[in-house]
Amino acid sequence: MKKDKILISGNEAIAQGAIDAGCNFYAGYPITPQNEIIAYMSKHMADSGGVSIQAESELAAISMVYGASAAGARSMTSSSSPGISLKQEGISYIAGAQLPAVIVNIMRGGPGLGNIAPSQSDYFQATRGGGHGDYRLIVLAPASVQEAYELTRLSFDLADKYRIPVMILGDGILGQMMEPVELRPKTKTIPQKSWALSGCRGRKPNIVKSFFLREGALEEFNKTLQKNHQIISKNEIRFEEINLSGAKVVLVAYGTMARIAKSAVAKLSSNGKKVGLIRPISLWPFPKTAFNSKDKKLKYLTIEMSAGQMVEDVRLAVNGRNPVEFLGRSGGGVPTEEEIINKVKKLL
Amino acid sequence: MEKLFTKTESLYDLPTHYCPGCGHGIAHRLIAEVVDELGIREKTIGIAPVGCAVVAYDYWNFDCSEAAHGRALAVATGIKRVRPHNIVFTYQGDGDLAAIGTNETIHAANRGENLSVVFINNAVYGMTGGQMAPTTLLGQKTSTSIEGRKKEKHGFPLKISEMLALLPGVCYIERVSFHTPAEVLKAKRAIKLAFENQINNLGFSLVEILSPCPTYWGLNPKEALDWTRDIMQKEFPLGRIK
Repeated sequence: MKKDKILISGNEAIAQGAIDAGCNFYAGYPITPQNEIIAYMSKHMADSGGVSIQAESELAAISMVYGASAAGARSMTSSSSPGISLKQEGISYIAGAQLPAVIVNIMRGGPGLGNIAPSQSDYFQATRGGGHGDYRLIVLAPASVQEAYELTRLSFDLADKYRIPVMILGDGILGQMMEPVELRPKTKTIPQKSWALSGCRGRKPNIVKSFFLREGALEEFNKTLQKNHQIISKNEIRFEEINLSGAKVVLVAYGTMARIAKSAVAKLSSNGKKVGLIRPISLWPFPKTAFNSKDKKLKYLTIEMSAGQMVEDVRLAVNGRNPVEFLGRSGGGVPTEEEIINKVKKLL
Repeated sequence: MEKLFTKTESLYDLPTHYCPGCGHGIAHRLIAEVVDELGIREKTIGIAPVGCAVVAYDYWNFDCSEAAHGRALAVATGIKRVRPHNIVFTYQGDGDLAAIGTNETIHAANRGENLSVVFINNAVYGMTGGQMAPTTLLGQKTSTSIEGRKKEKHGFPLKISEMLALLPGVCYIERVSFHTPAEVLKAKRAIKLAFENQINNLGFSLVEILSPCPTYWGLNPKEALDWTRDIMQKEFPLGRIK
């Protein structure tokens, strides 16, 4: 039977994905280009028995999410680059208190107020933790509206499973463009959270905190965080690969950029060129295992809507075995299919 | 035989880390006694501050959360909105509530969040070593106002309770002090009312306590209590504000 699809934007798909994942708390603050998320949550959260708050600031929004998660909710906030910088305080506390939470960053150009054009220049901030302290987030990068819906749903499960903040990292194009999306039935069972704050009836008090003053206590605690990171690094790597067999040049791109790279690969392949694509879906953990070619002549070409951020992870993964080239544009510039094809032709 | 007093279940039987003459120990006990008397220990969730009382959860026998400095009322909002049947309170100092968290304070109050706030005003930053607070009095010496707070340079002591009283979402505000046992009992009654208001879904309640900090006021414990009575109270008059 043919399934019904609805035509929605990436931002709306993220919001609906959250609701279908059982998200029952959302707090946000308006910022372009992700305003459809806060509007959608304001309109629809109450129907599903959830709470949506327009907070007085990004700091307050992420702190409300901290509180809701501490109380056992499935909670989310969303923003775009300058707002995500403000949220870093709360994200660090969420990581330190081992709370699950979903944070959406629909990236725009920076630094500073930058512009409202699509960008991928928050990759470093997203994949290195972003705030103070030794921690990471799981970072997922959708490349279509359907995938934005699916990865948002997944992010709530991963956040609960590992008690870690999860970031959906998109850009202004992904957030704004509309595509047909097939929705799935709502998640029915949310995991029990014995550590959550609910009042201490019949048990000892639960404390949610990230403060470890005793000598050595924080080091000990951070080791448990790092052990969790190691398990995630092993279990939660996600990527897509196209035409890798026999490829002479392999493009590496994520999110919106991967869609343009994909059409460049299709054109080049139809002209007999041996070109493939690796599309990281999990940016942290980075899919290092995808860069395992035995062909020493193979060249990787990383393409980003930034001055070169993910390329550093590609170089770490390749570890000097193959050349790693870079093509990127910053400040809202988007490398075109033609620019990619020209660059590949020079490398072949 | 009638039992007049028992151990407070909501307070662990532990010595505190506070300096001699500090008000935090009294405030912790009053909250614990109120929670016991209202029979709400098993549904209470406290938000501990950043500052000297950062480990308040080590002394209270009920669920607690830490909050980043200034964010207690945003954290409390998140908890209370997903658990409206729990009793949620914040415990915040002057720097937390009236400097770095002014925004969170004003907007939680303005939304009329059904929360109780215990606001410890000791006119100084204690944990970090005695710097000027938003509530530091004019002329009061601190490590960042070594010649005394000057209005031309540092502005005036911030009367945040009076400011909050203007907001329609606020249900109850009272300023109390610890300078005599009778005042301590008044403080307890105020805290109890703030909790009862939440139980009765009446909205935002706040109790400001003029609380002694002998260490960073450069006074002994007795002098510090006298100072709240004779000096601090002139700037921050006691009584019901709303």
